[in-house]
This record gives sequence, structure tokens and C-alpha cells, in this order.
Amino acid sequence: MNYEIAKEPINVQSVIDKVVQRDAGAITTFIGTVREMTKGKKTLYLIYDAYEPMAVKKLEQIGTEIQERWNGAQVAITHRVGRLDITDIAVVIAVSTPHRNDAYEANRYAIERIKEIVPIWKKEHWEDGQEWIGNQLETVPYPTGKPEEKDLNE
Amino acid sequence: MNKVLFFAHLRDEAGHESVEIEAAGKTVAELKQIIAEKYGVQKLDTSMTAINEEFSSNDEVINEGDTVAFIPPVSGG
Repeated sequence: MNYEIAKEPINVQSVIDKVVQRDAGAITTFIGTVREMTKGKKTLYLIYDAYEPMAVKKLEQIGTEIQERWNGAQVAITHRVGRLDITDIAVVIAVSTPHRNDAYEANRYAIERIKEIVPIWKKEHWEDGQEWIGNQLETVPYPTGKPEEKDLNE
Repeated sequence: MNKVLFFAHLRDEAGHESVEIEAAGKTVAELKQIIAEKYGVQKLDTSMTAINEEFSSNDEVINEGDTVAFIPPVSGG
């Protein structure tokens, strides 16, 4: 259960505990939180929705990709869904590796990949309305209907 | 029969979380056209598609019993 979609608040330590290993010299933890101000606009709260079974599979895929690229890495990711208020934790990524540089790089890779291939969406609620956000203003449409090889691999 | 799932703004537009439709033998592109006309869903051309929880291309053919999900650009993290 290293890859989860959670309906309740995420316990950060429990995600970290999943990647503790004797061969690790480093564990990096990324905590994604709900920001109040985006380009001058005030967010009141967010709703996250997921295609849960596929989202878990895609989180697992990211973990596999990391283990292929960074030797000895262990990965755990939990993403929350439902209503989140400002400062709430939306995602926690823990990566352990034998050396610290790999742990930093692999963790960064995980969050960027989540924003590309994991079927999770956020709905922003502002004082004057609400909207589903698509990869921050739909800058990456997929004309072929799925991510291109470059989207999936880098 | 095939189950078709909608998410995010597509769900709002379709007015359904999912619909049952006969899509076996059709390509993803053909199904998109049918869905767009029948349920008034826009922006399907910028959506990804998943068949049985795996990304698929527009020319992939849908089989009997497949679950098809339209996946708008994602915004997790």
C-alpha cells in the first residue's frame, strides 16, 4: 500500500515510515499544500477528485519509473481527495535512496509526473466562482488523445 | 455494453458520472463524436482517454465490456 488515494487528512509520518530501509542514507519528503493566493486571486478552498483505481495504478507506475532510474530507491505517495482548506496537505511523497542527491532528484521527478499522468483534478473555489483546473490553464492539450511519449517519459 | 466515465468539467457538462453505451467495435475517436453529440460534451478533443484504466490513443478499438474514461488534463499535486 505504498500508493494511496486518501479521503481523510494524510499522516505525513506514516508515509515516511513506508520508505525506511537499512540501505538508505537519505529520505526526502515533499508535502504539497493548498495555497491561498494564485496570481492575485484568493482561493477559498479546493475540491480534489480522482479516478481512483487508475490514479493508484499511475502512482505505482511513477514509483516503478523511479526505481528504474535511481538505484535502490523506495517510494511512497499518498494524495488526498475531497474538500481541502487553505494550508491543508494535498499530497505527500517520500523517497529513500542510498545517497541524498538521488532522493532529491527522484522526489522532484515524482511530483512533476503526478501533474502529467495521474487522473486527479482540482476544482478551485473563489469568492466569485468555481472552476475545474486543467494542468494550470490547459497548456498541454493531448491532440492524439493520450500523452505523447515525451510527456510520459520526461 | 460499455461503461463510459466522465470526470471534472466533463462530468459537469455531461450531467452524469457515467453512462452505458454500446461502443464495441468503435474507435475512441468515433465514441468521442457520439458522446459529444448525444451529451453535449465539449472539449473531448483535448481530453485523454483510458480504456480499462490505461491510456489509449484515438484510433484504439473498443471491445465489448471495456470501461472507457475520458480524462481531462489533470491537475493533481
